[in-house]
Amino acid sequence: MSSTEHTSATHVYRDDVGSRMGMWLFLFTELILFGGMFLLYSVYRFQYADAFHLAAKELNTIMGAFNTVVLLTSSLTMALSIVAIQRNQKTLSMLLQMITIFLALFFLVNKYFEWTAKFHHGIYPGSEELLSKDSGEILFFGLYYVMTGLHGIHVIVGLVLIAVMTRMTRKDIITKDNYVRLENAGLYWHLVDIIWIFLFPLFYLIT
Amino acid sequence: MEKHDYYHEHSHSYAIYILVWLALMALTAITVAVAGMDIGRFTVVSALVIAAFKAYLVLTIFMHLRSETKTFVVFVIVAIFFLGISFVLLFSDYSFH
Repeated sequence: MSSTEHTSATHVYRDDVGSRMGMWLFLFTELILFGGMFLLYSVYRFQYADAFHLAAKELNTIMGAFNTVVLLTSSLTMALSIVAIQRNQKTLSMLLQMITIFLALFFLVNKYFEWTAKFHHGIYPGSEELLSKDSGEILFFGLYYVMTGLHGIHVIVGLVLIAVMTRMTRKDIITKDNYVRLENAGLYWHLVDIIWIFLFPLFYLIT
Repeated sequence: MEKHDYYHEHSHSYAIYILVWLALMALTAITVAVAGMDIGRFTVVSALVIAAFKAYLVLTIFMHLRSETKTFVVFVIVAIFFLGISFVLLFSDYSFH
């Protein structure tokens, strides 16, 4: 703890390990949030195997694979931005963070085109076209919109978080000796990546 | 303390992250290729195994779990274990209906 007797230098109590552990604990709540949805998915997939198979054909595998590459690459640039700050390469770290944000935006733009294409085909929650299909397919698209939608919200939160980190790096709040905030933002970003690693085969690669 | 030194010696290298990224890219290509093949029920199994391996790489390298203390690793294992229990209980309940 900071003591009033320290007059020569400011002594600020810091616990980076505790900070990271707090972030991990938060990530476990995210695991439960998405885990519940994966539970729901698994039971319905089991129950309506054929309908899921049929409905998944509507999804664009190439688009899904492309977005996987985009998100995995954004995870790389995020991890590299931490190495850069550890090496005291501030500008490079900021550049890598900005590339991460750009890739996140790119992911969302792809997602937007993907969803609007579905909407044009009349496939959106509650649409006549969708409701005329059988219940397994309705469930598939319900889960598709909820799970990729919730994941999309996490991407938005993540990119805002990283933008705040970039600003902090610029203002020297995040430095070579104090970069735990950047690490925690990175942990969040990698979790978003992991969720997509599972979403991609479960929705786009059903054959 | 040894752990701590390890972290500071090894985490400053760009190479390991780029290697892991290449591995993740390769695994993505493999999972897409395997999904195109007709191997029946093994399709979903192979997709999940590959996804789990990709998640393992992200957890250990990108999320630095490899260089964190054991406490972190135990935490993560417990969290995944309980999620696993949820699946086991759900499907044991489901299969008896």
